[in-house]
Amino acid sequence: MTPGEPLIRWEWVAGHTDELTMRIGEHLELTAIAVLVGLVIAFALAFLAVRLPPLYPPITWTAGILYTIPSLALFALLVPYTGLSLLTAEIGLVSYTLLILIRNIVGGIRSVPSEVRDAALGMGYTPRQILLRIELPLALGVIFAGIRVATITTIGLVTVTALIGQGGLGYLILIGIQQFFSTPLILGASLSVGLAIVVDGVLVLLQRALTPWSRVA
Amino acid sequence: MTLIGDVARWFADPAHWQGSHGIPVRVLEHIELSGLAVAVAILIAAPIALYFGHVGRGGFIAINVANIGRALPSLALLAFALPISFALGLGLGFWPTLFALIPLAIPPILTNMFVAIREVDRDVVDAARGMGFKESQILRSVEIPLGLPLMLDGMRTASVNVVATATLGAIVAGGALGRFIVDGLALQEYDQLVAGALLVALLAIVTEVAFAALTRASAPPGMSVSR
Repeated sequence: MTPGEPLIRWEWVAGHTDELTMRIGEHLELTAIAVLVGLVIAFALAFLAVRLPPLYPPITWTAGILYTIPSLALFALLVPYTGLSLLTAEIGLVSYTLLILIRNIVGGIRSVPSEVRDAALGMGYTPRQILLRIELPLALGVIFAGIRVATITTIGLVTVTALIGQGGLGYLILIGIQQFFSTPLILGASLSVGLAIVVDGVLVLLQRALTPWSRVA
Repeated sequence: MTLIGDVARWFADPAHWQGSHGIPVRVLEHIELSGLAVAVAILIAAPIALYFGHVGRGGFIAINVANIGRALPSLALLAFALPISFALGLGLGFWPTLFALIPLAIPPILTNMFVAIREVDRDVVDAARGMGFKESQILRSVEIPLGLPLMLDGMRTASVNVVATATLGAIVAGGALGRFIVDGLALQEYDQLVAGALLVALLAIVTEVAFAALTRASAPPGMSVSR
């Protein structure tokens, strides 16, 4: 940050719109893969925990340890095995979504009143039907809350993956730090915060569309 | 697995335990940086949270602060902190990292403190008021002790987050344990990289466990802490 250098050089921004668009796309891609893969794993583990309750504590305990390990440390531990690759980034990013997602899926399913479950059972629903048609739809609000937190956290963490050669907008931040050039630095940081806010808004709209009954209260 | 052997040899090397680049110094730097950031965050958050919690207003602030906090990525905070540090003439290293860590620590501390005070049974507060407690006494002798476990929970979240993020300080030429990771990555020295990662992970887990124990110990007699 040399003296006299403006915080943002707008002509640099104008000359780099292609790169900015590309980085935003990369950022969204890294986030989407992590959250979707995280959801698949979390649903599998959550269903297992609902079926076999004694498994729930060890599952959350393991996910909790993964969540506590600092992101950069987790990436660093993986690099010797999976290199400076997309896989390394995604293993780390997925790990961080698990705790929040599993907790909210299990919590959401467990919060379904037992009378509702009994009524479904009395109407002849099979356990699978109860899960898919009764418990999951009713748990959707809580599950969506988890998806929102996991997604916003992931968007932030993606920036850190710049250190292992990925990073989306984090790449701009890193370049800014390395070159003492504040324009990409501020731009990368602002855009990643902006991206989190926009994506969160989209998820809220999606949730409203998927749970129309929650608006009638 | 040769890597495990390499890492074990790295830890066994006495050179890595001495001097200003040694493990003990880096661990102390890490704790000092994290502790200072959390302490400053508490000093900033406490008056606001205690006041609004006690008078029972401003709930929307608590929720919004928590949400904003979640949207602030750690590397972005560091990015914003760097020009500020330069503008203040404090340069690279310790200061920009500290400036990045403080706003990271404030949201969970503020939100939990506010909720902790707010959630204290109003009957208990009214009883204290009826017994002639002054407002400041109610806060000090009733609301804070009863809310302490929840407040510590927020400090735990903040501290674990700060310990994790203090690692990033090495990108802006800071010390602490991130040094091993960033240098290990740059030099492709996997023994140093993995050793640094293990140390940071351990410190984060120790912080988590220590706060969990503190939270349980802080509960007033007769109050159970579920976690």
